[in-house]
Amino acid sequence: MEEQVENTEQTAPVPPKKENYFITGAKKLFQAGIPRKSLYDYQNVPPTEEELKENILIVNHLKKYFPVESNLIGRPIRYLKAVDDVSLKIPYGKTLGIVGESGCGKTTLGRTLLGLYDKTTGEVYFDGKNITDYNERQTNAIRKDMQVIFQDPYSSLSPRFSIGGIIGEGVLVHKIVPRNQIKDYVINLMERCGLQPQYYERYPYEFSGGQRQRICIARALAVNPKFVVCDEPVSALDVSIQAQILNLLRELQQERKLAYMFISHDLSVVQHVSDSVGVMYLGSMVECGPTDRIFDNPMHPYTKSLLSAVPVPDPRRKKDRIILQGSIPSPANPPSGCRFHTRCPECMEICKTKAPVYREYEGGHSCACHLYPQE
Amino acid sequence: MKEKKNGYISFKESREIVKYNKTQIRYYEKLKKRKHIPEEEYLATMRNPENLVEFDDLHTFFFTDTGTVKAVDGVSFDIPAHSTVGVVGESGCGKSVTSLSLLRLVQAPQGQIVSGSIRYRTKDGACYDITKLPQDMMEKISGKEISMIFQEPMTSLNPVFSIGYQLDEVSLLHIEGATKESARQKSIEMLKLVGIANAEGVYKSYPHELSGGMRQRVMIAMALCCRPNLIIADEPTTALDVTIQAQILDLLRELKEKLDSSIMLITHDLGVIAEMADFVVVMYAGKVIETGTVFEIFDNPCHPYTIGLLKSKPVINKKVDELYCIKGRVPSAVDLPDYCYFRDRCDMCTDACAGKYPGFVQLTPTHKVACYLYDTKQS
Amino acid sequence: MDNEENKTAGAPQDNPADGEMNTVGGSENLSDRAKVLSPARLVLKRFFRSKLSVIGLVTLLLLYLICFIGPLFSNMTYETIDYNGAENSQSTEITYTVDGEEFKMYDITYTESINLKAYPSAKHWLGTDENGRDVLMRVLYGGQISLTIGLVVVVLETLIGVILGGIAGYFGKWVDQIIMRIVDIFYCIPQMPILLICSAILAANEVNGIARIYWLCLVLVFFGWAGTARLVRGQILSLREQEFMLAERSMGVPVRRKIFMHLIPNVLPLLIVQMTLGLGSVILTESTLSYLGLGVPIPYATWGNIIQALRDFTTLQYHFHIWGPPGICIMLAVLSFNFVGDGLRDAFDPKMKK
Repeated sequence: MEEQVENTEQTAPVPPKKENYFITGAKKLFQAGIPRKSLYDYQNVPPTEEELKENILIVNHLKKYFPVESNLIGRPIRYLKAVDDVSLKIPYGKTLGIVGESGCGKTTLGRTLLGLYDKTTGEVYFDGKNITDYNERQTNAIRKDMQVIFQDPYSSLSPRFSIGGIIGEGVLVHKIVPRNQIKDYVINLMERCGLQPQYYERYPYEFSGGQRQRICIARALAVNPKFVVCDEPVSALDVSIQAQILNLLRELQQERKLAYMFISHDLSVVQHVSDSVGVMYLGSMVECGPTDRIFDNPMHPYTKSLLSAVPVPDPRRKKDRIILQGSIPSPANPPSGCRFHTRCPECMEICKTKAPVYREYEGGHSCACHLYPQE
Repeated sequence: MKEKKNGYISFKESREIVKYNKTQIRYYEKLKKRKHIPEEEYLATMRNPENLVEFDDLHTFFFTDTGTVKAVDGVSFDIPAHSTVGVVGESGCGKSVTSLSLLRLVQAPQGQIVSGSIRYRTKDGACYDITKLPQDMMEKISGKEISMIFQEPMTSLNPVFSIGYQLDEVSLLHIEGATKESARQKSIEMLKLVGIANAEGVYKSYPHELSGGMRQRVMIAMALCCRPNLIIADEPTTALDVTIQAQILDLLRELKEKLDSSIMLITHDLGVIAEMADFVVVMYAGKVIETGTVFEIFDNPCHPYTIGLLKSKPVINKKVDELYCIKGRVPSAVDLPDYCYFRDRCDMCTDACAGKYPGFVQLTPTHKVACYLYDTKQS
Repeated sequence: MDNEENKTAGAPQDNPADGEMNTVGGSENLSDRAKVLSPARLVLKRFFRSKLSVIGLVTLLLLYLICFIGPLFSNMTYETIDYNGAENSQSTEITYTVDGEEFKMYDITYTESINLKAYPSAKHWLGTDENGRDVLMRVLYGGQISLTIGLVVVVLETLIGVILGGIAGYFGKWVDQIIMRIVDIFYCIPQMPILLICSAILAANEVNGIARIYWLCLVLVFFGWAGTARLVRGQILSLREQEFMLAERSMGVPVRRKIFMHLIPNVLPLLIVQMTLGLGSVILTESTLSYLGLGVPIPYATWGNIIQALRDFTTLQYHFHIWGPPGICIMLAVLSFNFVGDGLRDAFDPKMKK
């Protein structure tokens, strides 16, 4: 083991926080058996004081690999790279939208940075603190500051708990208000989220999707979080209910200065709610920038085709779209070079062999594509 | 008494409902199970010979434990030949049940077509009332003349049989004199038709080896095997990604031209409707509230619900600060009173709305709306 | 309800709206009009939909009632022997001659016999067995023991199963591996030979009477928990992946609360079903063992050891009243438990909407 670690040190660029990095890195290597090189192929730069002050969440080179194949002694030999080297920042009180098709890792990204999945590598700074190496107990303590709203309001509510119990649970666990005031607190919150107080004793199965999503929102907000990951909160809902929920989320954001990470496959919804947008494809971020820039002049060919694929409720605007051929490759076996090259309408020779660098261009607009200067 | 306050059904009420359901279900099942149904009962004439399907005052009810759900409550609209009719509405508005009634696939014994008729013109020109057709004749029509594409491509293919086997089965079942070899050729031809490049390979593969989009293509191939007159597409792209959705919609449009059939497209996505449909039917709580051509509906929506739907969907590159939203929720179709069901969610409510459920107002020869707003304007 | 009006009519007319509810312009929301069934009624309704499970439930209740209350009305118990058999007086006349004179000697013996294998009569409704004990009383007392053993065994089994299965399912990894391998071992132990050995050991150590019943329970529990553990583990594994458990995690709910407040209540319905079905099979196993003479020892009655009478060929042929009733009882009890179990499964399963 020791020999191997020494090797790594030689081949990899020396990380700035050497000692700490050395230990945690080695530990993780041993646990996951990941090819060493892939862990160190970036220069880790900790965020500056200013960045920490501005952003509630900073994610540096986050990776989440799921083992898909193991050898005889149970060591994984092949990985599904669900999230592969994603970096992002979310300022206080702002919304970052994440779009992508199914299997692009957007949900995994959200869950990993909440600590619901163990991260493979990468650093997460939350609310000015580096929470990368927090253990279970420390994580539980900050859980009340970061909450999540799931996509499926049917399976995300415990079926044998009453609505009051579901919303009040976090309050009880984190001792937000004294025990005897929980009921009043919960009923207050329910009313704020558009639920009638008499639903307190009811059970989730009695409610429609929209109401359940309101319950989920109330549950998430009951612990006064600063940051909420909304994982496709409206995609299971009807159009008129969607608008209600989106408006509710927006009002709550303004009231409580919440920061959202809004994950969705619906570009129109993301455009409506987000201050900045990240586009994901097969586990990595292909483009990220302020909403206006992304939607007005998208850089990456994938973003362009996504935008043109969205059906527009206008019968006169028809058929001037780029239709992508083929389907999304499996993330367990991604194509070489640029991952999008198999479907890209502007694919060049270099795309097939060399992965483009994800770098920032003008106006906070980042992109990973060979069409633009790489250095 | 306490239970009533909770909104729960009391024991007595529950018993009444069960009793009522029993008598009703028995009555309709008996009607269906008759050995000889006289021909005059199911022969019909079309109102307009250009139409392929005419729904006429269709009522499909579900007799459930919580009461009678009027899933489809007096629906009338036409599907003209060679056109796409989009049925749009939120979940629970009865759009799927309408299409299932057309194939007589409503889940019995709870679900029953209670009254009304669905007139259908077959390929050889005969005209039948599908609601009263004997079961054996129905089997000849469904699958062969009317076929359906379901929402979930994952679950509508049988995972233990190969794609080829399942496709062959359709041809063997519906095409007379089909042999195994001819069925195979037909299947591969169909797979090529739906834009699968590697048709031979897909023919041999199993459903789990294909992606969602591919599966939906296979489903479409299966539905088109017998060159149907009418394709019912029930939310064909809801489970798919946007880029795949664009592919499938393109394919459907192309195939419709090629095969010269009609499509009944059921969806909640107005964008899809705008792209695909020639005629639009907007449904709310089991009733049709507005019908018209796609241009009439999108350029000049009249029913407050249609207006609200169009406004509440965020549209790319059209910035609004706050979305318009229709307040309240969709009522469940149990025991609804006789006034406009949209009244309590409506922003444009007038005094007239207090009255009975509004009838249709004909705005143009194709545009109809069920709302009092336009009644008063005309009079 | 509006339904009253046209429940007799074949084809429904449009229900005229209820005048009371149709207050025009009232604040009542259309979407709140629909009433739903309360959770308890939903379960009851689905249960009572199946006629067989209702019959099963009634039979079980009757069995329990009769077995536990019936004996109170009789002065006999399971070991009272009826000594009032037919009186036999036997006189033997011995004649002998002494010196030509004839003497007669009478040797009279009275035997007070046991009233054994008596046919049903007003005194013994189901007759008596080969030891002259009232069959009805034995069946009733036997029922008490059989039904109680079933309950005790199943409850203990479930307890162990839930704890071990729950731990295995929740923590996974090596904990799961160890517990599940133990379960596997239990699955491949042949039960019958082990039970035979156990009973031999018990007999050799002269464990008798009530103690033997306790030991029997323990042995049955020992062999029974594995199935429950496996079931619970499977359930918890699938529940653990549900989004609501992720939601609990993101809420920072402690592990103990997660297991006992969220996971176990969700497994509970399935457990109840499993327990009901298990009750039937425990009664069967107990009867088999008792029949083989391994179970509850003889002075005590259980349904199984009453049937033991069948070993005697004449009893099998002529005395149905001795072995028939306990046999029917076993059959009824096991069938009913199965019916009730099936009914409960349908009732708790949210997918069974019909």
